[in-house]
Amino acid sequence: MDLINQPMPWYIAGPLIALTMLLLLLVGKNFGMSSNLRTMCTALGAGKTCDFFCFDWKGQRWNLLVMLGAVIGGFIAVNYLSGGNAPEINQEVINELKSLGFKSAGNNYLPLELFGTTVFSSVKGIFILLIGGVLVGFGARYAGGCTSGHAISGLSNLQLPSLIAVIGFFIGGLVMVHLIFPLIF
Amino acid sequence: MKSIVYLVIGIFFGIVMLKSEAASWFRIYEMFQFKAFHMYGIIGSALILGIVFIQLIKRYKIKTISGDRIIFSDKNKSIYRYLFGGIIFGLGWALAGSCPGPMFTLLGAGFFPIIIVIVGALLGTWFYGLLKNKLPH
Repeated sequence: MDLINQPMPWYIAGPLIALTMLLLLLVGKNFGMSSNLRTMCTALGAGKTCDFFCFDWKGQRWNLLVMLGAVIGGFIAVNYLSGGNAPEINQEVINELKSLGFKSAGNNYLPLELFGTTVFSSVKGIFILLIGGVLVGFGARYAGGCTSGHAISGLSNLQLPSLIAVIGFFIGGLVMVHLIFPLIF
Repeated sequence: MKSIVYLVIGIFFGIVMLKSEAASWFRIYEMFQFKAFHMYGIIGSALILGIVFIQLIKRYKIKTISGDRIIFSDKNKSIYRYLFGGIIFGLGWALAGSCPGPMFTLLGAGFFPIIIVIVGALLGTWFYGLLKNKLPH
């Protein structure tokens, strides 16, 4: 029981993610979470604005259920499995983040500066989260997949396009963290 | 009955995302600073085992539980969409610190400002649909 309350080490988490993909394949589905965003757009009526959202979204009900499960999983992990504590990140990273103004680095699961409830009254905070989300949603559909669809499913099937996408993920992430963060934080 | 299977797979995935800290903004930042092995270990070990699983399915023609063939379709060959789309995604992944799976897990975990990220992701997906025909693919 003690083991369950500890953070999950990478060598357990990685294989369990691969297992998630395998289970979905065995029920005849592909592992890819960002498709849900398109499905939700369609369900919300985006089909009236362009063809991209004209499809029978109810055929994607299974993936919405996986997504709903991921929500419930987060609830269970925090409330019953002692999840949500501060990750033990590298001390140098903590120092760097503190110098950028993230005082919560090393003390919380997510930075309070962006994910504390006070962010709802911060125009800058809302703007950062919203732009971050827009880039994730736009980029995932443009690239035809996200971390699960390309980095796990696609690379596992040795797809060159997925390798190009994952290289893109890293170019974007490195540019954001090293070049843009010093300008915005 | 099948609905429960999908839900359970999702719950399992959500617990792994949260407990492994892959849903933590700090872990994503640390990954892009190359200051810890953690995220590379998660993705790398998932990938190695994923390759093995898919090779086994192909070699032994393993079927789905309902007896159908498991079909792997090759992704369309191109560079533009994967590279440009990937870079845009990466910018957002680092800024919001979460990708499309974990953002829903964080909602369930009670980090409510993630709703702003989810609304953004829906808007971004919608913008892509509007601009799709004008973008190089």
